[in-house]
Amino acid sequence: MAEKSKEIDKSSIIKRPPMDLKHPQETLLRKKAIPTIYCPGCGIGTTIHAFLEALTKYSKIPQDQIFVVSGIGCTGRASGYINLDGFHAIHGRAIPFASGVDIAKPSLKPIVISGDGDLFSIGLGHLAHAARRNTDMTVICINNAIYGLTGGQDAPTTPVGAKTRSTPYGKISFPFNLSHITIANGATFCARYTVYEFVQLSKAIGRAINHQGFSFIEVISNCHVNFGRRNDLGDSIAMRQMFKKARVRMKEEDIGFDLHKTDIEYEIGKGFTKIPTGVFLNEKDEPEEFSERITHAYEFKK
Amino acid sequence: MVVEKQQQKVLTGTYFKNGNWAIIEGAIASGIAEFFAYPISPASEIVEYVTYRLPAVGGKAAFIVEDEIASINMCIGASWAGSKVLTATSGPGFSLKQEGLGLAYMTETPLVCVNIMRGGPSTGLPTFSAQGDYMQAQFGSHGDYPAIALTPWSVQECFDLTIEAFNISEQLRSPVILLADGEVGRMMEEITIPDEKDIKVINRKQPPKNTDKSKFRQYDVSGQDDLVPPMAHFGEGYKIFGTGLTHTEDGLPKLDEDLHIELITRLYKKLEVNKHLFTEPYTYEIDDAEVVVIATGITARACLQAVMDARDQGMKVGLYRPITVWPFPKEDIEKIAQKAEIIVAEMSMGQLIWPVERFAKKKCTLVRRIGGTPPEPKKILDAVRKLVKK
Repeated sequence: MAEKSKEIDKSSIIKRPPMDLKHPQETLLRKKAIPTIYCPGCGIGTTIHAFLEALTKYSKIPQDQIFVVSGIGCTGRASGYINLDGFHAIHGRAIPFASGVDIAKPSLKPIVISGDGDLFSIGLGHLAHAARRNTDMTVICINNAIYGLTGGQDAPTTPVGAKTRSTPYGKISFPFNLSHITIANGATFCARYTVYEFVQLSKAIGRAINHQGFSFIEVISNCHVNFGRRNDLGDSIAMRQMFKKARVRMKEEDIGFDLHKTDIEYEIGKGFTKIPTGVFLNEKDEPEEFSERITHAYEFKK
Repeated sequence: MVVEKQQQKVLTGTYFKNGNWAIIEGAIASGIAEFFAYPISPASEIVEYVTYRLPAVGGKAAFIVEDEIASINMCIGASWAGSKVLTATSGPGFSLKQEGLGLAYMTETPLVCVNIMRGGPSTGLPTFSAQGDYMQAQFGSHGDYPAIALTPWSVQECFDLTIEAFNISEQLRSPVILLADGEVGRMMEEITIPDEKDIKVINRKQPPKNTDKSKFRQYDVSGQDDLVPPMAHFGEGYKIFGTGLTHTEDGLPKLDEDLHIELITRLYKKLEVNKHLFTEPYTYEIDDAEVVVIATGITARACLQAVMDARDQGMKVGLYRPITVWPFPKEDIEKIAQKAEIIVAEMSMGQLIWPVERFAKKKCTLVRRIGGTPPEPKKILDAVRKLVKK
């Protein structure tokens, strides 16, 4: 296995693009902040692109009403590259920051783009409460199963047995199922897609943005540099092909009340063997979102 | 779930109330729109009273959030969206808020954080008073930043200084800490709230209306004599970006030595240039004094009694009470130290004495008492007597 990963698959090397090539979402990118810090082939770039496409193609909310918040980590830098109002909060606190803005200016739609470590390790308490309150925000969590920016330590999403810088003998504890946690805490829209499913991901983000209330998108992404390399899963393309094989499309009806059906499966040496994807929850009778509830509650009795 | 009756915003009149009440009235008179906090003794009354008052005067939101960390971060968010915000806490909560306060100093976010000090460390003496967070107010968060902290000694000052804190915070784009000891927060005494028109409320500087939004640089201070950049808010079309990382004038992260030096130096210089905004200290008979007692908060009231008694006995003693404790009033201390011996009285093991001795450049006497009570006037008088005899 170790030898195999050393072979370079030449078909995956892309030639340098011509200089006049433009990014399809150029106007939504903050040019001053680019180049990005991301490794070539990173799934965060794919997700940012999917988000920008969702904004231009599927979102019904005007762009000047959207602002992007992120926490700390590789994904934490995402808000800086997007040419909208944005904020780079401290570790784990992107959701409270966004909640504060949403309450002060309910006309704005906060989009939180952050990583699994930021949102579900140090920031899990805030996510649970924002979901409970049904704050009007879309949380896009890029789950790469590792702490990438700090060099590849194990996160609460790292599968059992996976090797990381801080679990040299394999991860001991069980990982979180992020979608399960979020639905259990009261989110009203929840979907999971891998970075392989670009179009579906983009459409789902669009639906999440249009959803009034707490919506959650889990993106299974590849950190081939820190996670893939140490677990013999190959490069970016190899990992995306693994996602392609592992994904299992699931609908709300298929899941019912058993959220364990959405659990991700991982085998040492093989990588991810089952990743349920799809829209897991879409509450049709949306409960009133939080800032609206406050506005109504604070009306004076006449 | 509707607010029963609209209430008057400024409750002009004379009352017999406690400091926590006065802080909220001060904040409402300053025009806060949001309040986020977590209940903690002895600041719980603030949380209880504001959730009753703020919705009834047209505020946007006042409620308890999941934890102290969330409360400070929600305040920062609301401030970036254009609101005046307040949070209130006590010792343990103040420790939890430190990282968020650091972010607010770095991103230049106006907000006011009330700390009703209680006995520590750790859970300590939750319902007892103390002055042990004095150093934490300046050095609590990591890294270099200039803090601003005000200390009231009466219920009246709780009201006045809260308005003052908001005015300083809005003008300097910086968090301001209102450092009241538990005693001041909960004791009841007379307080007079002036007419609304007599209350001076200053709001933050915003970019001029004709600004070219595409070229707006949010931390650009060229042409600003006070070194405070005008604040644009979310949803106004400026496409602003804030980060706790070292940032350029565009607000974008750039990890660069020179840039970091420039940014942090400006944060310090900003306070230096705007020194005149800080509340003047309270002094009592220090002009001819041979001994000057330095104290803040409730301890200063015990000191005032001791100083008055000493004067009655013919001793030349004065009281100096810094109201703005951070930035530290170093020039005043230097001046006092040239003429007089210094006694520092504190409700801690000795914190205020550190900067005092540094700027006095001589040994000062420390009178301290911990456990919830300020040093008695008698103890302070004894210390005075020892120095006067010399």
